[in-house]
Amino acid sequence: MGNDAHAPDAAASVDFEQVQSTGQFQELRKRHRSFVFPMAVAFLLWYFAYVLLADYAVGFMSTKVWGNINIGLILGLLQFVSTFAITGWYVHYSNKRLDPIASEIRDEIEGHEFDKQGNRLGGVNK
Amino acid sequence: MINIATAVDVAALKDTTLLNMGVFALFVAVTMVIVFRASRNNKTAADYYAAGRSFTGSQNGTAIAGDYLSAASFLGITGAIAINGYDGFMYSIGFLVAWLVALLLVAELLRNTGKFTMADVLSFRLKQRPVRIAAAISTLAVCFFYLLAQMAGAGSLISLLLGISDWGGQALVIIVVGGLMIMYVLIGGMKGTTWVQIIKAVLLIAGAAVMTLWVLAIYGFNLSGLLGAAVETANNPAVLNPGLQYGKTETSKLDFMSLGLALVLGTAALPHVLMRFYTVPTAKEARKSVVWAIWLIGLFYLFTLVLGYGAAALVGPETIRTAPGGVNAAAPLLAFYLGGPLLLGFISAVAFATILAVVAGLTITAAASFAHDIYASVISKGKADADTEVKVARRTVVVIGVLAILGGILANGQNVAFLVALAFAVAASANLPTIIYSLFWRRFTTQGALWSMYGGLGAAIILIIFSPVVSGGATSMIKDANFALFPLSNPGIVSIPLAFFLGWLGTVLDKKREDSTKQAEMEVRSLTGVGAEKAVNH
Repeated sequence: MGNDAHAPDAAASVDFEQVQSTGQFQELRKRHRSFVFPMAVAFLLWYFAYVLLADYAVGFMSTKVWGNINIGLILGLLQFVSTFAITGWYVHYSNKRLDPIASEIRDEIEGHEFDKQGNRLGGVNK
Repeated sequence: MINIATAVDVAALKDTTLLNMGVFALFVAVTMVIVFRASRNNKTAADYYAAGRSFTGSQNGTAIAGDYLSAASFLGITGAIAINGYDGFMYSIGFLVAWLVALLLVAELLRNTGKFTMADVLSFRLKQRPVRIAAAISTLAVCFFYLLAQMAGAGSLISLLLGISDWGGQALVIIVVGGLMIMYVLIGGMKGTTWVQIIKAVLLIAGAAVMTLWVLAIYGFNLSGLLGAAVETANNPAVLNPGLQYGKTETSKLDFMSLGLALVLGTAALPHVLMRFYTVPTAKEARKSVVWAIWLIGLFYLFTLVLGYGAAALVGPETIRTAPGGVNAAAPLLAFYLGGPLLLGFISAVAFATILAVVAGLTITAAASFAHDIYASVISKGKADADTEVKVARRTVVVIGVLAILGGILANGQNVAFLVALAFAVAASANLPTIIYSLFWRRFTTQGALWSMYGGLGAAIILIIFSPVVSGGATSMIKDANFALFPLSNPGIVSIPLAFFLGWLGTVLDKKREDSTKQAEMEVRSLTGVGAEKAVNH
């Protein structure tokens, strides 16, 4: 067994550039990026806004809302809520929008549709 | 209000030493049996490094939580909240939100393109040798600082939990912890290590859950009442507000921003966390494991909020500060207040198990990186067979174990938080830009990767050396000298943007273009999972 990260394997004779240029793959790429990039920017902005508030707006964060619960604690707990919500949202999105198209492309590659030499691919196919 | 603080008699803790050792010995015995059973199937390199890729998403998610919730999380954050109030809670938030970076941008793509180590992914479409060496060096650096922190933490814990306060006795315990860790990793490989982490995560979260419910029950499940009691015992209403620790000066505020940046960007670049994604059969299971980990880790950090303020209310910041072990003693002291010697014994054993499991995870990552990236790919130029590689990995485990024991003895009593924050900052600076660029930026080149990795690693370490944590302050490692030219104790705010910038600059100035076929292959593989390493069937 080789130690190379991408040792020759069953996918070696696949023309990946051809796969990359198909509309189907472009669609997968677009769907993936159009979800993860805006989401990553959004939660990082929300996190840093929170850190900045805690750092520089101590008076605002210390405002009591109910009993001893202040705005700082509520915003902190909302960070937990938003993290759980984004996690759930991403899983739902992947299952519905990414996984079906990804496995379709995988099946096509493993079913030799993009084979450069027209060889039968071994190993990956079951 | 009655002064509950006197109810905790710190001196009485020594009477529980035998019990603590008993519970810990039981944990070691049970996990050893499991590790021996797990090791029966360790045949190939994929078995040894990646547990045959046979764990399910939920098992791996629990193991990730076990790997991530180190003694710094449990003892450190509880203590930080007990003493610094709200500012301690903000660590929890940074450590949790960081997982979204791993979930959205890294976990699945990495599982689809790599095999055993972080370097597999980084060197996929760039020049193998230089990129692999750089990635292995930064992996070893991050693991080493993280290891030192854990081993040093073991030393300071022992002074409280086992009542051993002399230097020789603590050194002996560090040797025992290190020796056990070497045994686990040597015999069990990734499979054994994973099981130790799963057991530890279950014990830790269960123990924290029991204590949380107990504390809440005392205050009639009224969070506001608990917070009020914490204010009363501490005699300081500011414990509920941000800024008690970091709000003192403009520099300390900037320092907090820097820490926040390192925490949120460091997690997805920690090599021992990344390596865990290879222990599952598919990218979908990798996703499932991050989801599990996020729920478990989030739940645990919610517990630390109650435990921290609970310790502040029931034990009191003064008692905690003056106890042997200092800030780290908050959680054990709270356990002793609540459940007496038995709960303390259980929590102490869990704390030891925590250190053992995290240290084992770090050791196998460092050993895999040395054997797979440096020995197999660079020294023997890919000619070594898998058996030799695993043999080298096992020998590396022993070397790293001995180094960690020596480093732990030397670093005993040093500022543990400094070492952990250093590991996070180094990981975020040296690894994250290259991981993100190579996964998402088509134009990215070898020169960009090398500039970013060496630049980020070097900047982070140099800034730490010239920071107040090393010299010039009352809590510095070297108190007598002052060469603290850099005012912040965390380098993240400078070194992380610098590493991203260098990655971009190195790429646009690079006249060479990388192989576009390889780029296409990496992109297709990362998103579809074609040709990804499959599970090993026995």
